[in-house]
Amino acid sequence: MATELALNVRRRSATPASGTNIRRDHVEVSKLVDIDLCIGCKACEIACKEWNDLPVEPSVNTGSYQTRPDLTPATWDLMIFNEVERDSGDLAWLIKKDSCLHCEEPGCLLACPAPGAVVQYDNGIVDFNQENCIGCRYCIAGCPFDIPRFDEETGKVYKCTMCVDRVSNGLEPACVKSCPTGSIRFGTKEEMVAYGEAKVSKLKARGFEHAMHYDPEGVGGVHMSYVVPHGDMLPDYELPEDPKVPGAYFGTLSGLRKLGSAATWAGALATGIFFLRTGRRRPPPEEEAVAEAYALEERDEAAATTSEPPDADPYGPAGDATPEGGEPG
Amino acid sequence: MAASFGRGAMTNHWKDFKNSDMFLVVGANPAEAHPCGWRWAYRARDERGAKIIHVDPRYTRTSATADVYAPIRAGTDVAFFNGLINYVLDNELYHEEYVRQHTNASFIVAESFSFDEGVFSGYDEAVRGYDTSTWDYEYEKAAAEAGEDSTGDERPPATGSGESAVDPRGFVRTDDTLQDPRSVFQLLKEHVSRYTPEVVSEITGIPEEKFLEIAELWGSTGAPDRVGAMVYAVGLTHHVTGLQMIRSLGMLQLLLGNVGRTGGGVNAERGHANIQGNTDNAISWEILPGYLGIPRPGMETLDDYIEQVPAKQLAMNSLNFFGSRYRDFLVSLQKAFFGDAATEANDWAYDWIPKPAENSSWLTAHNEALQNRLQGLIAFGFHNPAVGPDTNRVLQSLSNLKWLVAMDPLPTAASEFWRAPGVEPDQVDTEVFFLPCTHWIEKDGAFTNSGRWAQWKWKALEPEGEIKDDHWVLAQLYLGLRDLYEEEDGAFPDPILGLAWPYSDPGHPPLEELAKEMNGRNIETGEQLSTFADLKSDGTTLSGNWIYAGSWTEEGNQMARRNNDDPTGMGFHHEWAWSWPLNRRVLYNRASADENGRPWDPRRPGIQWNGSLWVGDVPDFPPDEAPDVGTGAFIMTGEGVGRLFAPGGLTNDGPFPEHYEPTEAPVENAVPQGRREHPTAFFYDGARESFAPAGGDFPYVATTYRITEHEHYVTQHVPYLVETQPDFFVELDPDLAAEKGIANGSQVRVRSMRGEVEGVAMVTKRMRPLRLGRSKIVHQIGIPVHWSYVGGKARAKSNANLLTPYIGDSNVRTPEFKGFLVDIEAV
Repeated sequence: MATELALNVRRRSATPASGTNIRRDHVEVSKLVDIDLCIGCKACEIACKEWNDLPVEPSVNTGSYQTRPDLTPATWDLMIFNEVERDSGDLAWLIKKDSCLHCEEPGCLLACPAPGAVVQYDNGIVDFNQENCIGCRYCIAGCPFDIPRFDEETGKVYKCTMCVDRVSNGLEPACVKSCPTGSIRFGTKEEMVAYGEAKVSKLKARGFEHAMHYDPEGVGGVHMSYVVPHGDMLPDYELPEDPKVPGAYFGTLSGLRKLGSAATWAGALATGIFFLRTGRRRPPPEEEAVAEAYALEERDEAAATTSEPPDADPYGPAGDATPEGGEPG
Repeated sequence: MAASFGRGAMTNHWKDFKNSDMFLVVGANPAEAHPCGWRWAYRARDERGAKIIHVDPRYTRTSATADVYAPIRAGTDVAFFNGLINYVLDNELYHEEYVRQHTNASFIVAESFSFDEGVFSGYDEAVRGYDTSTWDYEYEKAAAEAGEDSTGDERPPATGSGESAVDPRGFVRTDDTLQDPRSVFQLLKEHVSRYTPEVVSEITGIPEEKFLEIAELWGSTGAPDRVGAMVYAVGLTHHVTGLQMIRSLGMLQLLLGNVGRTGGGVNAERGHANIQGNTDNAISWEILPGYLGIPRPGMETLDDYIEQVPAKQLAMNSLNFFGSRYRDFLVSLQKAFFGDAATEANDWAYDWIPKPAENSSWLTAHNEALQNRLQGLIAFGFHNPAVGPDTNRVLQSLSNLKWLVAMDPLPTAASEFWRAPGVEPDQVDTEVFFLPCTHWIEKDGAFTNSGRWAQWKWKALEPEGEIKDDHWVLAQLYLGLRDLYEEEDGAFPDPILGLAWPYSDPGHPPLEELAKEMNGRNIETGEQLSTFADLKSDGTTLSGNWIYAGSWTEEGNQMARRNNDDPTGMGFHHEWAWSWPLNRRVLYNRASADENGRPWDPRRPGIQWNGSLWVGDVPDFPPDEAPDVGTGAFIMTGEGVGRLFAPGGLTNDGPFPEHYEPTEAPVENAVPQGRREHPTAFFYDGARESFAPAGGDFPYVATTYRITEHEHYVTQHVPYLVETQPDFFVELDPDLAAEKGIANGSQVRVRSMRGEVEGVAMVTKRMRPLRLGRSKIVHQIGIPVHWSYVGGKARAKSNANLLTPYIGDSNVRTPEFKGFLVDIEAV
């Protein structure tokens, strides 16, 4: 799945080597889901399946608009629907796109014992390389957002690739392309942060006093952030309130950062730290409860430099060939 | 809308939503049904702080993203809008200068008009119909004087060869103070005074405080520098009171000065492509292309037709453009149909136009089949039994036909009707032909969107196998008929043999040639016309649809343009595709400016007078006529202004909107001096017995709708989309579910007097029990269409229209899909 050769890798799972990129001109990319604009149409679900050649998985209506109860190895993008009564008595129908957040400090990668099964590119995308996957499912346990899914048949784990094949060819991810309202946005990390902050101000002016840009620090920030209108209702959106990289829970990560120069770290950390992970919305499978090791490496912070945003219009659907006013009739 | 403004189309367009301060969305679910266009409403909210108000029986994905949501009992929207009108008048929130300048508020109504006990004057219970001539204005001359001097005040036609007939009684009397008790303004005030917030709440189930919150918000758009966009769809149209619902919201918009303005208007959201284009091109039996009326029996000559059908000029300041140019448009249409065979000598082949004596609507056609009076039917992109109403009745209708042709890319509920659940194939004598035709993705052509933009599109896929274009089939059918007439003669051969068929490939006319013919050309020079102003009644021009004149000019296909420049910043995009009429992006845009031609709100001008010309949008007005001439903004009405009172002939169920209960309703009408049942709704033979009485075995209100994951029935053939909404389901509130012992996700059965369905129960707080008055609680049940016995998870009893009633509104026979009674139980 991953086109490792075509992209500069920042780090690989279980590999004591730093990134390969000596250049300093790369751009960090990010998606942003503006929940205020999301209508739950599921165009992104289908676009994801079509672009990634994922099979149809017959579903059953169990009394919800949600396509199925959960992500699967072949459903990497799922709209989650929750009905919540507000204190005001008004109903809120919370609809959230559930898919990989592409953490800056990816718990999956840090947990993975298989060299190169999880990679993080310089542009921030975290991708699984199934040919290196040994099916141990540590990544599932390591993910504070409960995203990766194990496929019994292939014995591998799968998740959103942020359409790394499209992005590396200058296109936006398929879900972004398909979004009719501009709820799912794509651009540089810097642009998305600017959009998120501006949108939060607007929401606050509209009376959403708890509006927030969800870009959690506990995982070093993410490459798919959310604008959340009801920031006081994160659990209802099925978003962890304070997600953390398991290792960071012990302050290890920051400690390692201080210690390290360009050197990398590979070390075994205490077992049992998975029990301390925060923000899981579903209990992990039993076999994941025991972890053996983390491979940690320091991030080359200088690599975080970003270039000027190519498109100053935060509303412009970046990379979308459809001009304004040309919405399909 | 035509009764209010002169044209029956969305006044504004999708991108114009970005200019709005507020949206009132009623009977529509744009977030689900029009997600691409609705983005502009969100843009207005982000950039202008606009508010979105949603009023609907169900809390939908539009409600989820709205600022204010109110539930409403299905079928009670007239009461809601009349209540808003009452609130706006009572609290003097209307845009007074606009109302004086651009509406018929000052017109005096004849003494013959009255309203009593829920019916208007002229009602005849025996025929369930009105003598609508009692709904008229008072004229300058008494009837006795009329006829002596009928042309004295006649305004010279503004353009072209038009004729402008003034009513023989002269112009309508007016009272500019609006104080005359017989003025439209005072009569309207009196009419809606019964719709107090308390009454509205009791009828609609909208809590009174919620109604007042909405009334205050929406009333604020009456300020000249504010503007609100009204948005509706078939949630209003699909009622026996549908036309009057749309009248009432249109009147509200006129009072608030929101029509003709960027960011305002009455925005009818059309369904799937290409509904607007179909409507423009006479998909409906009562019109010819371009909304020219179909002649009626008794109109024996073209002169009779021109005397009786077009609007008369009723006010000094009325341009009456449509009324004055009718002959030019009809003769040019005849020249497009019949070419050289239409001559002055044969009255431009006027005799060849059908003059239907009877209603020929969808409901009537299927009723004719049911009564064994129809032999065959061509279902052309059309799933009759699925789109209903009363599927069982439609299945019986089709079974009574001798033959049925179904033309579609994929099997449909029509092509497979003979093996529908409950139908015994060996009992059906109907011979069914299925002709696989290309999907729109497999051919070029144009779609006209809700906002009247005709956008050319190009074939994306080559058709597979031996599949043929629909227009190939139609051309072959015509050529075969023509050959038969030539060989064997037959009754009335003239229209068939006289039809012009000038295409380079007669068996498969190129769509480009059809589009050019629709635009029209000068027959003598062969040049494509650029405006309908150049159409003539002397046989020298032809146009297949006058409102499309300008779409394919000498400069080429204007619909294929893709320049998205927006020099005004108002989103007009005059060089992106082409919109009828004449590339005007906002209809009635003269009303966006005051009497001096200055925009009501300079920050978002529609058009404005620069001293010599109207600039901005393409003016819906003579482009160089100074504002001090005083010509009315509504050039398509005889009055020259928007109609708060619609005189007889424009509708047949009332000049003012009045709330009646749906034919199946759980309660009595709570309007003071009201009447329960719609006085003119049309019952077909034997259909009345299929209606449930109030207080009987069917206590719950049901409504049908579409959801975003599917497009009607065709997407049941798309596995990915079937995955996103796999099963037929029914939405109900938790209280009702508890009372009936129905668990979320379990199977339920819903029954009406006409049939039953079975599906998954979706128990949701999004459905709410409504409190009517002090004690009455009404539960509503939501039933999506999209499922039937064809495609996807095809199964029996999954089609919502098994439940819906077979009744038509009295104006256009629109069925009542949206409000009827059912019962529900666990399976």
